[in-house]
Amino acid sequence: MDLVARNITHAYGGMRVLDDVSLTARGGEIVAVLGPSGCGKSTLLRIMGGLEKPVSGDVFTSGETAPGTLNPLTYVFQDFALVPWLSVTDNVMLPLQHHPMSDTDRRARVSSALARVNLSDFSAAYPKQLSGGMKQRASIARALAVEPAVFLMDEPLSALDAQTRDLLMEDLTRLWTETQFSAIYVTHNIAEAVRLGHSVAVLSRRPGRIREIVKIDMPLAERREGAPELIRARDAIWDLIRAEAAVADREISHAL
Amino acid sequence: MPYERAAPAPNLVPIAFRAGGFLPRRIPFMAGATFAAALGLWWTATSLGWVSDLALPPPAGVLAAFSEMITNGMLVKHMAASLQRLLIGFALGGSFGIAVGFAIGLSSIARSSALPLVSALFPIPKIALLPLFILWLGIGEVSKVATIAFGVFSPMVIATFGGVDSVDRGLIRMAQSFGVPRWTIIRRIVLPGAMPAILSGARISASIAIILLTAAEMIGAQYGIGAMVLASGNLMRTEQLVAGVLVLSALGFSVSQGIGLAEKRLLRWR
Ligand SMILES: Nc1ncnc2c1ncn2[C@@H]1O[C@H](COP(=O)(O)OP(=O)(O)O)[C@@H](O)[C@H]1O
Ligand SMILES: [Mg+2]
Repeated sequence: MDLVARNITHAYGGMRVLDDVSLTARGGEIVAVLGPSGCGKSTLLRIMGGLEKPVSGDVFTSGETAPGTLNPLTYVFQDFALVPWLSVTDNVMLPLQHHPMSDTDRRARVSSALARVNLSDFSAAYPKQLSGGMKQRASIARALAVEPAVFLMDEPLSALDAQTRDLLMEDLTRLWTETQFSAIYVTHNIAEAVRLGHSVAVLSRRPGRIREIVKIDMPLAERREGAPELIRARDAIWDLIRAEAAVADREISHAL
Repeated sequence: MPYERAAPAPNLVPIAFRAGGFLPRRIPFMAGATFAAALGLWWTATSLGWVSDLALPPPAGVLAAFSEMITNGMLVKHMAASLQRLLIGFALGGSFGIAVGFAIGLSSIARSSALPLVSALFPIPKIALLPLFILWLGIGEVSKVATIAFGVFSPMVIATFGGVDSVDRGLIRMAQSFGVPRWTIIRRIVLPGAMPAILSGARISASIAIILLTAAEMIGAQYGIGAMVLASGNLMRTEQLVAGVLVLSALGFSVSQGIGLAEKRLLRWR
């Protein structure tokens, strides 16, 4: 299934946040959306998953979803959004409970999702007993269990320390290699974007506008820190960002 | 040698520890010792005649009054009457209060209509309503229970809707993003999230309920701890009066212990 946003414009009380953004997540591909804090990335993601209505523009899906898909557009949140009074198992179970299926099937989905993120041993733990990386893995398991057509990931690694972030990038790469899911992966971190994105949509500062979509052809599983292809992509993106910063500086100096 | 070690200063002054205090702890057995000391003082004051028996009866007199009330069955009779009023009034006021609190927390219509009404009701000392309830419902049990229920209702509403308001919106959006039905969100996210506030509301309204119970029984009841305390005062039977007050203290203590137990069980995740 593809997820298509067309000409999205959004504003909060007169402050323009997104300006005519069009973006497509194609089946089996990760689109990284890269932009500075406050440029409207989370807003765009909320709009694309139906958690917010844009001022103008439309979001569509096209194509069939797999038969096991319970929640086609599924978020992974920066702050994990785990329910503190539910165990890891019950957190993963919560979105399955209202779907008509046998308890055995539900439990099978939960245990396979937990196994995929290596959390089987912590199924009875409460969120407060987990480290940050484990919390995010639990929240990824919750998303995996509903077999999404498109993952909507809002800076899933931003609340984690650098080492944990690297480990989780490897986990995500492995998960994608197992099942080629599609995803919109929002981040402000260039290294994450070039590690996980099949393409990187570079957003301008607020109001967010798409500057360019940089394609990275290297297969995810082969990507390593410092691979020449990734360095080329990173440098290209840096040039875009620098050019924009220079323009912004000129604008400010004119305004002064 | 990359660097020279500095020569030791001629006189070494240890730094002072400055981070003491502000950390009160429980000292074991101190509570028991304090009670024993208070009892000892009471016993000394009465047996040495520092205070007259009429003003403060000796511990032995209070104990005798207790055993008399137990053997002639009056204690059970008074306790049963009081507990029944308290439990029914608290359960009624509490459940209506929680229901209305949820409505105010979840619906704009309820927030705009019921909240101002409850806010107007809240500052009324509910005992002032007892005469009205007696006019409406008669002098019997119903008017007393209604007074207690009303007294519990408004603090429960306020605590509950505050608790509902304080539930993490991020969790609610998360559940919605997974298509979790509204009723399940209320049951599994909003209710547990509001539970700490509901329980602390229950603690406050329980103490209000006991005050109202005693007052209502003093105004017009044949049986009940409040009625017994008032009658003992009128008959200058101070030892029975003090026994009644001790029963009220035990009642309040057990209610608050019960709520503490509920907190421990329901809020284990914290
Ligand atoms: N619900 C809201 N109400 C008002 N302003 C908002 C709201 N959500 C976001 N904003 C503002 O919109 C801008 C973009 O926010 P956001 O999409 O969260 O940016 P990003 O995720 O790229 O950091 C920010 O300036 C933010 O303060
Ligand atoms: Mg954001």
